[in-house]
Amino acid sequence: MSENRSEIEPRPPMTAAPYAREAHVALPLVLLGAVLVALVSLPFWGDGSLQRTALEFFYFLALAQAWNLMAGYAGMMSIGQQAFVGIGAYSLVVFAEDLGLNPFLTIPLAAVVAMILALPSSWLLFRLKGAYFAVATWVIAETVRLAVNANIDWLGGGRGRTVRSLGQFDRHLREDLGYYAGLALALIAVFGVFFLLRSKTGLALQAIRDTENGARAVGVETRRTKRIVYLFAAAIAGATGALIYIVQINVRPDAAFSINWAAYVIFIVVIGGIGTIEGPILGTILFFVLRDLLEGLEAWSMLIFGLIAIVMMLFAPKGIWGVMNAHRPVPLFRTARKLPARFKADEGEA
Amino acid sequence: MALLDVENISARYGLFQALRGISLTAEEGETLAIVGANGAGKTTLLRAICGALPASEGRILFDGEDIAGQPASQLVQRGIAMVPEGRRLFPSLTVEDNLIIGSYPKRKGVWTKDKVYELFPELVKRRMNRGLDLSGGEQQMVAIGRALMSNPRLILMDEISLGLAPIVVNQIYRSLPDISAAGTTVLLVEQDLNRALSVSDHVTCLLEGHVELAGVSREIDRQALIDAYFGASQ
Amino acid sequence: MIAISTALNGILLGGLYALYGLGLSLTFGIMRTVNLAHGDVIVLATYLSLLTTQILGFTPLMSLVVLVPVMFCIGYGLQRLVLNRTLKDGMMPAVIITFGLSFVIQNGLLLGFSADRQVLRQGAVETMGVTLAPGLTLGLFPILTLGVLLVLIFALQAFMGRTLLGRAFRATSDDPNTAELMGIDGRKIYGLAMGLAFAIIAVTGVIMGIRSNFSPFDGPARLIFAFEVIIIGGMGSIYGVLAGGLILGLAQTIGGAISPTYFQLAGHLATLGILAVRPSGLFPETIEKG
Ligand SMILES: Nc1ncnc2c1ncn2[C@@H]1O[C@H](COP(=O)(O)OP(=O)(O)OP(=O)(O)O)[C@@H](O)[C@H]1O
Ligand SMILES: [Mg+2]
Repeated sequence: MSENRSEIEPRPPMTAAPYAREAHVALPLVLLGAVLVALVSLPFWGDGSLQRTALEFFYFLALAQAWNLMAGYAGMMSIGQQAFVGIGAYSLVVFAEDLGLNPFLTIPLAAVVAMILALPSSWLLFRLKGAYFAVATWVIAETVRLAVNANIDWLGGGRGRTVRSLGQFDRHLREDLGYYAGLALALIAVFGVFFLLRSKTGLALQAIRDTENGARAVGVETRRTKRIVYLFAAAIAGATGALIYIVQINVRPDAAFSINWAAYVIFIVVIGGIGTIEGPILGTILFFVLRDLLEGLEAWSMLIFGLIAIVMMLFAPKGIWGVMNAHRPVPLFRTARKLPARFKADEGEA
Repeated sequence: MALLDVENISARYGLFQALRGISLTAEEGETLAIVGANGAGKTTLLRAICGALPASEGRILFDGEDIAGQPASQLVQRGIAMVPEGRRLFPSLTVEDNLIIGSYPKRKGVWTKDKVYELFPELVKRRMNRGLDLSGGEQQMVAIGRALMSNPRLILMDEISLGLAPIVVNQIYRSLPDISAAGTTVLLVEQDLNRALSVSDHVTCLLEGHVELAGVSREIDRQALIDAYFGASQ
Repeated sequence: MIAISTALNGILLGGLYALYGLGLSLTFGIMRTVNLAHGDVIVLATYLSLLTTQILGFTPLMSLVVLVPVMFCIGYGLQRLVLNRTLKDGMMPAVIITFGLSFVIQNGLLLGFSADRQVLRQGAVETMGVTLAPGLTLGLFPILTLGVLLVLIFALQAFMGRTLLGRAFRATSDDPNTAELMGIDGRKIYGLAMGLAFAIIAVTGVIMGIRSNFSPFDGPARLIFAFEVIIIGGMGSIYGVLAGGLILGLAQTIGGAISPTYFQLAGHLATLGILAVRPSGLFPETIEKG
C-alpha cells in the first residue's frame, strides 16, 4: 500500500494519452508471440502428458483471470466460483448427452447458461458486502451442489453422470480439440480481461477498487460495472467447467462443485499477484511447479498451499509479480491506470 | 512551563501537505482559540496534537515531554481529550454509555457522570436514549461530557457550534467557564471570530496550513485578524 | 405427534447451530470480517479436547478447563500477531488468510489424526432421553446444549451491556477511530474479541464432539451453518443468533422429514430466502458503515 502511495503524484487526467510509448514495448510483444507459437504447435511436438498438463494450465489460468478480475479489480471476494464450474459441467451433460449436441459446442453454451444463472444470484449477492459476500457465494454454490445431489433421476444424483457421447470421438482427436478449446478459452480470459480493463468499464473498475465512494463521486455506476464483471467471471467458469469434463468424462456433483476449484484459484492469484493480469499467469506457473514438487504428499501439499497463502498475504500482499516489480515496473499488459490522487482514500480514515 | 508546546509541526495526507510548520503554546488553565477558513488545517492540527494523525515533522511537547508519534489511545491516558468535529457519538450506545466510555482511561479528577449531568441537565432525561435520537445540541453536550469523563488536562474542541442554532450555541458555550474552572486547558476551534475572541485568552489564526497571526484575544487588532483569516495580506 | 417431535428436535438442533454462530457473530460484530476458518477452528477444538482426554484422562467436559484458556490464547495470538497486521488494507487479506488457515487446520488434523471419524465419550449423558409424552422423547444432551447456549448468550449480553470493556467492544464496533480517542486500543480489543470467540468455540467444539462423530474435514459445513445463523438472525446481534439457530434447525429438520436429501438444502434455501426479503436479517444490530 505505502509503496504504491508514493507513486500517486498528481498526474494529468488519465484519459489523455495515458502511456508514453516506450522503446522496450516491443520485447513483451515478441515474447508473447513466441509463447503463442509454441502453444499452438504444442500438439505437434509435445507428448500426451505435456499436452494434458498444458490443458490443465489453460483452465486454471482462465479461472484465475476471471477470479482476479472479480476480487482484484471489482473488490468481490467470491469463494463460490465452483458453482459455475459445476453448472458448466452439467450443461455439458444436458446438452451433449440429453440433447445430443456436439460436446465442443456446449462450451460456449455452458458459458451462456452460467451467465443466465449468475444473474439471479447476483441479485442476492449484491446486497452483501465484503466478507459476507464471500461466504454467501459459497452458500449458493453449496445449495446448487446439494440440489444436484438431491436430484436422483435426471442429473444422476450424488453418483453423477457420464458423458457417453464423447465416445464418438477418437481419443487423440478429442484431446487435440480439447487442447485448442482450452487454449482459446485461456486467451479469451486473458485478453477479455485485458480489453475490459482498458475500456470505460476498466476505468470504473479501478475507481471501485481504490475506493467505492470515490468511484461514486466520479459518477461510476458501481452496481452495473460489478454485475458485468460477475457475469463475465461466471461465463468463464461455466465454459471451463464444460471443458474440464470433456476431458474427464465423468461428472460427479461433489467434484464438479468442489470448493477446491475456488481454493486453488485463490491460491494462484494470491501467490502470483492480485490486481494485475500478469499475476495470475505467473501464479498458475508457480502453482504447477509447486504441485509438481509436492506430488504425492496430498495433505502436506494442501497444508503448504494454505501456509503460503497466509505468508504471502502478510509479507507480499501483491504477490510474486508485485515483488518482482516493486522497483522497476515493467508490465506486460498495460492496463494499470492510476487515479488522480484526490480519489485515493485517506490512510487514517478509510 | 507551558502545558502544550507545539514546535514547528507539519502533517500530510498522502502527498498533500495540510500543516506546514505550525508552532503554538498553551499555558495550563488557559483557553486558546484557533480560527481559520475552511480547509485551513484546524482539524488537522487538533488531530496531530491528540495523536490521531502522525506529524511528519516537528515536536509536540506536552507537560515538557515530546509526545509526537504516540497513538491517540495513549495520549488520552496522559490527559489529552478530543471532542471531534461532527461529534461522533457511538450510535449503538446510549447517552449514559457514551459518557461511561469516556472514563475508559480511568483518570482521577473532578469529572464524573453526575458532574456532567450537572453541567448539562438536559441530558438527564435522555440518558437511556441512543446517540442518534438526540438533537444536535444534545449530541454536542454528550460529546463534550464524554471527553470530560477522562478528566483531561487538555481538552481539544473542534467546532462545537457546527450546525447548531444560536441559542443552543450559547447554551453550550456557557459550560466553558465550568470546564476551565477545573484547571483544564481548552483548545477550541471556532469559525465565529467574535465568539472565538470573547471566550479565549489567546487566539491563533491558521491560513493554508501555517500560522498567519497569533496574539492575545483582548488586544488583537480585529481587522488584522479578519485579513489573516481570509489571507488578504497576500 | 410426529410434527411436534420434529419441531422440538429442530429447535434443539438449532441450539447447536446457534452455538456455531455465536463466536462468528461476535467477531463479525466487532471486526466486520468473517473468519473463514471458523468451522475448522471448532473442529480443531474438538480434536484438542480428544487429545486432552487421551493424555490427561479427562472427560470431554472436564477438558474445557484446559481448552477454554488455551483456545482464548490461540485466538488472541492469531488476531494480534497475524490478522491485526492487515487491518488497514481492507477485508480481503483477512478473508484470504483465514481461508488459508482453514486448509492448514484441515490438513494438519488429517496428518495428526487420520481421516477416521472419531467421537468424544462423555458417558451415559450422551444417550439419555427425556420422555415428555408417550412417543415423544427428546435427547438430554441436546437439551443441555440449549441450556449452555442460553447461559452463554445471557453472559455475553451482560458483558457487552454492563461492563466497561463490553462497552469498549461496542464502541470499537461502531467507530474504531473515535474509540481510539477514548483511549481504547482497537488492536487489543480485536485481540480480546477473537480470544473470546475462540473460548466460546472451545465450548462449541466439545459439545459438537459429544453429540456426533467428527473428522478433519467437517469444518466448512460448520462455517456455513454458523454463517447462515447470522444471516438469518441479523448481523452482529446476539439475540439474533438464537433466532437464527432455531430457524435454521427447524428448516433443516422439516426438510429432512420430507426427504433426507433435503436436510441441508432446506436450511440453505431458508437462508437465501431471508437474504432475498430481509438482507440484513431478522434482528439487525450493527450499523452499516458507508
Ligand atoms: N482525510 C483527508 N484526506 C486528504 N485530505 C484531507 C483530509 N482531511 C483534510 N484534508 C485536507 O487538508 C486540508 C485541511 O483540512 P482540515 O480538515 O484540517 O481543515 P479545517 O481547517 O478543519 O477545515 P473546516 O473548517 O472545513 O473543518 C484541507 O485542504 C482538506 O481538503
Ligand atoms: Mg475542521
